[in-house]
Amino acid sequence: MSAAMRIVNGKVYDPANNIDGKIKEICIQDGKIVDSVPEDATVIDAQGMVIMPGGVDIHCHIAGPKVNAARKLQPEDHRHDVHPGTPFTRSGTGGTVPSTFATGYRYATLGYTTAMEAAVTPIGARHTLEEFHDTPVIDKGFYVLLGENIFLQNLLREKRMEEFNEAVAWWINATKAYTVKLVNPGGDEPWKGKKNSNVSDIDEQTDEGLTPRQIIEAFIKSVDKQGFPHPPHIHCNNLGHSGNYITTLETMKTAGDMRAHIAHIQFHSYGGELGKNPVSKAAEIVDYVDNHPNITCDVGQVMFGKSTIMTADAPLAYVLKGHSKGKWVNADTECESGCGILPFNYQEHIYMHTLQWAIGLEIFLMAKDPWRVILSTDHPNGGSFMNYPKLIKLLMDKAFRHEEMKRVNQKALENCSLRDLDREFTLNEIAIITRAGPARALGLKNKGHLGVGADADITIYDEMDDKEMMFNAPRYVIKSGKTIIGNHEFITDFIGKLLHITPEYDKKIEEVVQPFFESYYSIEFSNYAVDDSYLHDHEIIATGKASS
Amino acid sequence: MTENTKIIENATCTFCGCVCDDMILTVDLDEKKIIKSKNACVLGRAWFAEHTIEEDAPAAMIDGKEVSIEEAIEEAAQTLTKAKFPITYGLSDTTCEAQRQAVAITDRIKGNIDTTTSVCHGPSGLAFQGVGESTSTLGEVKNRADLVIYWGGNPAESHPRHFGRYAVTPKGMFTPRGKKDRTVVLVDVRKTKSSPVADILIRPKPGKDFEVLWALRALVKGKKLSDDIEERTGVPLAVLQDLSDRMKNCRFGVLFFGMGLTMTRGRHFNSGALLALATDLNEFTHFVAKPVRGHGNVTGADNVVSWQTGYPFGVNFSRGYPRFNPGEFTTVDTLANAHADAAMIIASDPASNFPKKAIQHLKSIPIVVLDTKCTETSKDAHVAFRTSTYGINTTGTVYRMDDVPITLRPAFESPFPDDETILKGINKRVNELMLAKHYASGASGEVKVAAPV
Repeated sequence: MSAAMRIVNGKVYDPANNIDGKIKEICIQDGKIVDSVPEDATVIDAQGMVIMPGGVDIHCHIAGPKVNAARKLQPEDHRHDVHPGTPFTRSGTGGTVPSTFATGYRYATLGYTTAMEAAVTPIGARHTLEEFHDTPVIDKGFYVLLGENIFLQNLLREKRMEEFNEAVAWWINATKAYTVKLVNPGGDEPWKGKKNSNVSDIDEQTDEGLTPRQIIEAFIKSVDKQGFPHPPHIHCNNLGHSGNYITTLETMKTAGDMRAHIAHIQFHSYGGELGKNPVSKAAEIVDYVDNHPNITCDVGQVMFGKSTIMTADAPLAYVLKGHSKGKWVNADTECESGCGILPFNYQEHIYMHTLQWAIGLEIFLMAKDPWRVILSTDHPNGGSFMNYPKLIKLLMDKAFRHEEMKRVNQKALENCSLRDLDREFTLNEIAIITRAGPARALGLKNKGHLGVGADADITIYDEMDDKEMMFNAPRYVIKSGKTIIGNHEFITDFIGKLLHITPEYDKKIEEVVQPFFESYYSIEFSNYAVDDSYLHDHEIIATGKASS
Repeated sequence: MTENTKIIENATCTFCGCVCDDMILTVDLDEKKIIKSKNACVLGRAWFAEHTIEEDAPAAMIDGKEVSIEEAIEEAAQTLTKAKFPITYGLSDTTCEAQRQAVAITDRIKGNIDTTTSVCHGPSGLAFQGVGESTSTLGEVKNRADLVIYWGGNPAESHPRHFGRYAVTPKGMFTPRGKKDRTVVLVDVRKTKSSPVADILIRPKPGKDFEVLWALRALVKGKKLSDDIEERTGVPLAVLQDLSDRMKNCRFGVLFFGMGLTMTRGRHFNSGALLALATDLNEFTHFVAKPVRGHGNVTGADNVVSWQTGYPFGVNFSRGYPRFNPGEFTTVDTLANAHADAAMIIASDPASNFPKKAIQHLKSIPIVVLDTKCTETSKDAHVAFRTSTYGINTTGTVYRMDDVPITLRPAFESPFPDDETILKGINKRVNELMLAKHYASGASGEVKVAAPV
């Protein structure tokens, strides 16, 4: 295969470069997009087709200890959805938690070429990297759970902020992570140490002498100071609880004018009284996001059908276990995190599930700035990433949306404004919420666009009226300049690379961390940090203070 | 002892599922021997001390005759691709890197893969699929557990450092006085060397674990038990009531369980009852459970097979995708039912410990063996590779019984290649052979080996 390729006659959607459906030639050489290629370059004729950058998933759960536990937990989820191999690709199983190979290939079959695993315990980083190595096609990175890290909380309580910053950077380097993840800040210790209780307010002082707000603020400041390409990725307190939109607004206000990313914001946009059915507060949340350019969010859309709840928010999973009454996994990680897993099913006739579905759509449809309101289902929590084409159709096709609205709980629709929203997304806007927006929010300068110098991660769809069908089956998927899918078939395999950051830190911090380790961890300090042998192909994304 | 020694700090012992990573090994580089293993338990010391390399042994043999490694790889690939029902088995005493290659090969040849899990904690895996599990890493037990219950195991002899390093005596964040801050309960049908560690010793009648666990579930939920519970189980009601109260009132409780539970009458029902009990207790306090796994990297095998196929063991690829059916695709069954027509055995010796009928069939089919030493299985092998020992000669990843991954620090080099290297070679050749078949059938496509390096 020649390294040079020219795609001609296709309609290009490249919002980052202000190209909205223009017929334009795209040239590729050595895995990058270039100005021009030699005459003898391979030509793809994209007549009647739509060309977009490869999709970027900013928030999903696809690899690591909790994902693998969820795989092991659900043979019934795999059995009905097999993923046969081809002479060039490995086999696997699907369902809401596919095997690693199926995960990579299935992202590719939707035209996605980058995905970020959103919650990994530091001690589970090595496991995650091993799974990434077996997750083909896509580039990937992960966010490391540091919010409930007891050592970091100790530094915070003692106001040793310089050491706190150094330790955050050390942990990022030790795990090869992309940014910091906070989940239900302050909620871990009550869960593990105080008989499965939880924090309920962002300003509630825990027995450890910290409030969730103090934890959130400390990480936002630290990451801002160190110039990570993506700010702290925050799963707010009170996920799923009626009235939680106040907590979400307060969390965003805590950031001031510093950057913050609010994960699966749909689950945090509920009004009403605690313990009673919620109502939509999508308008209030969207209004704040629209008016604060420092905030990005992903929606965490709920899609009806089977899902798997997997979260570091262990108290939340326990609440849901009370509803589902089925099997449940709790997994505590020493000094670092909690975790809960359970199979789940979103059903149209249930008020809560319909409202969640409707609020997600409201957030998309109300947002004035699609660049900062990114498409996700919090895979597999709100539903599998395999639902993305259907979600795109819901956004692009008003008639389809209204048909779907006939099948859901009508009472829930009365407590939101979905019926009044007539907006239909354009292809350009879809390219923003699935490509350009997430790439920009992640600080990935070579992703999410088709300008010269960008990674040659490209998807070519047949243009169709049925947008679900269109986004379900790209005719070509090109990853790093290689044609992975040609004429709808896998023609080769590719492993993709790890995206991570290496913020600078003072080695002396290890002397501060090590004694804590020796007392409270069960593995040796020198066996904790992940070495470079776990990287396979990788790319270091620059930070404000990159280390060598 | 010579002067030529080297010290390896923070090395890992892979003898059992504790995977202690605080070994300080002194290596005699001339003799190629570990002469001291500080911090190791009695089993670990033997594991390190008895590790010698038979330099003269052939690295590869076909039908008992020494051949080059390349010839053996070719023959192994030919044998496996020609078979209609090739099985892969073992895997719990090698690295995850080697396990990944083994699954890849089995996928390519549309074979059957299974690990030693199917003959040890397989029932716990099935119970996990049924009811889930509340669990934790061992460091949480050290830091927090004030009630520690062992059920159906004898860690003093099987996992000697489990008490001292993780669960009974160590001082943790919320257990600053070590054992004084904990109550230790041992439930076992007999007295063992583990018994002295227990504050409370409970001895049910043999085969009555399920009944005892179910009775405890009832008590925890406030139900009344029938008066004949002692007669049925051998445990007085007052003892059960006391245990139930302790479990509900502790701050952080843990139930460790062993093969005395999983491999006796009831099997996965027993494991399921125990996991359900731990789950129930979370209504009252924080409670976790954890199987005490045996082999050094059996947990890694479960993880690797799960992430590549979706299922932990007993997986068949004959239809071109993974299917899971313990009882059919587990190795004892594929052999005893005479389904398998070739076998690749990695780091395991089924010919010495499987049921007779399974061994008989195993001996009638061509076997490819990778092992660090001569075994009953390798004696009958069609193709036999001698490989280096993980954790002693080879680096790589192993998973502790609580799913914590650790990187190995080898002590000294072996003249023999490691499992991963051999399996990579077989994988590459198998790919070529399968692609040749694909092209011979008139198909097209770009030749590109999928297996990641």
